[in-house]
Amino acid sequence: MFRYLLFFLLFSPALVAEPLFQALGKNAEQQPQQAVWNLTITPDGKNLPIGHGNAQQGEQLFKQHCASCHGFGAIGASAMPLVGDVGSLTDEYPEKTVNSYWPYATTLYDYIRRAMPPSAPFSLNSNEIYALCAYILSQDDILENNVELNEVTLPEVKMPNRDGFSPVYPNKR
Amino acid sequence: MRKSLLKSRRQFIQGTALSSVFLGFNLPLKAQPISTELQQSLPDSMLKPGANFSNYGQPSVYEKDIIRWISANPNVPGNGVSWTPLEELQGTITPNGLHYERHHNGVPDINPSTHEILIDGLVDKPLTFSIDALKRYPQTTKICFIECGGNSNAGWRSSPIQSAAGYVHGLVSNAEWTGVPLRLLLNECGIQAEAKWAIAEAADGAALNVSIPVEKLLDDAILALYQNGERLRPENGYPVRLLLPGWEGIVNVKWLRQLKLVEQPAMTRDETAQYTDLLPSGKARQFSFTMQAKSLITSPSVGMTLPDNPGIYQVTGLAWSGKGKISKVEVSADGGDSWVEAELHTPILDKAFTRFSLPWQWQGQYAVLQSRATDETGYQQPTRQALIAERGDNSFFHYNAIVSWEVNEDGQISHIYV
Repeated sequence: MFRYLLFFLLFSPALVAEPLFQALGKNAEQQPQQAVWNLTITPDGKNLPIGHGNAQQGEQLFKQHCASCHGFGAIGASAMPLVGDVGSLTDEYPEKTVNSYWPYATTLYDYIRRAMPPSAPFSLNSNEIYALCAYILSQDDILENNVELNEVTLPEVKMPNRDGFSPVYPNKR
Repeated sequence: MRKSLLKSRRQFIQGTALSSVFLGFNLPLKAQPISTELQQSLPDSMLKPGANFSNYGQPSVYEKDIIRWISANPNVPGNGVSWTPLEELQGTITPNGLHYERHHNGVPDINPSTHEILIDGLVDKPLTFSIDALKRYPQTTKICFIECGGNSNAGWRSSPIQSAAGYVHGLVSNAEWTGVPLRLLLNECGIQAEAKWAIAEAADGAALNVSIPVEKLLDDAILALYQNGERLRPENGYPVRLLLPGWEGIVNVKWLRQLKLVEQPAMTRDETAQYTDLLPSGKARQFSFTMQAKSLITSPSVGMTLPDNPGIYQVTGLAWSGKGKISKVEVSADGGDSWVEAELHTPILDKAFTRFSLPWQWQGQYAVLQSRATDETGYQQPTRQALIAERGDNSFFHYNAIVSWEVNEDGQISHIYV
């Protein structure tokens, strides 16, 4: 009994102001170089995969993979419209499409790769994704019809609503 | 002048006369019946052994209708929500089976023995943490709400929706979350000075990704492993989720697999296209994160009918604020002309549901019941007109206005805008 009490007095974490614990993180120097990590594509386009595609190729792919939910011509069906209504954001009934609302084209690549189509995420290769981006953007002349998108040209696309967002954080409301 | 329909608690007690009606009668004592008569007259449950023990308990069969209502896309059944039936619950803790869900592509099946979290980017030492390792760190517990940024968004519609309270406002739930203070792990990795944001990524079929300020992660973020004392439910992020008390649901990333520390937000789909509030100017509020104070009368509420006229009803509901504790909830029975302070049930916790109640003596008149929350920062829940004046009516997300329940002379309750 006394021995336990002594143990408590000498070694109790209650006597330590800082939490006492063993650092159990495993060295992960290698992971950042592995393809399965750091998937997020940022507006600078730094880790965009190599590839290329144009609107014409994209149109075929869209019919095949996307139109059943997003409608023919990407005007929306059971899933939201992706094109059209550029400039509608101050209207009484604004429409938030990729082309009218999204501030960065890199986000389109990022989201298609990780989440579309929902039945098979990560199933489209980089050429296919660039082609789909080109198709969607060209519908509202954000991209000229014959321009090829790739890891260099995609981040250069300026979306119509690039300056449309004002951050609440870190400014307090 | 309109007469206040709501009385203070003392007036209410003085005015109560109903109980005296029942005081005047006595039953004559009967002789003790013999045992066969008891067998014929006692309830069945007393005349035979009950059901066996169960390995994992379930609600009573008589409560089978108390469920989460599901709203999902028929073409993508894993994309949608299920709503907590707030109007059917009491207290403040949401049972795990009724915690609201928002999934972007279904509930993943993740084996905890192979799942790891990677913390990398602008750190001195990128590290991975297994679930077994996380369980060995000091654990912290926080009771708090999680609310979807899209909760109550039917409030933006031009006409008031008549669905049950939970089916409109039930994308908020409150639970006790336990796990590792994230700052311990970030400090173990060594955060570099330029690291201002972390890109969080989930291991689900949407690989959901959002950017989160490092400041919040170092403040009160938890890598939650337990929900109301048991391991997380799959639909709430098993085996590990991010918990950011008071911040909108989307950043409380479930099924977390990576935190990458970076200088700038990644501008992912769920922080640009979604969860941003479009204003009449055409600009959109982004990274609004903190859920503002809100309250809701859960009973009586839309779709219910008051059974007795006149009658006494316990008006009760929930209040919460992402900025801290609730300091006051007021209730009105006349559409906001007059207010009475409701009782707040203890404990009143930071960034958690607070239950309020107030007895109400209904005399059969037309009434409009409302609740209005104030939090410890002094912020007061706005009227619908004030919210729309500030944000327009195409904001879609982050709706926290006062909710109005109209009681007609027959005791039927509907949702109105005042």
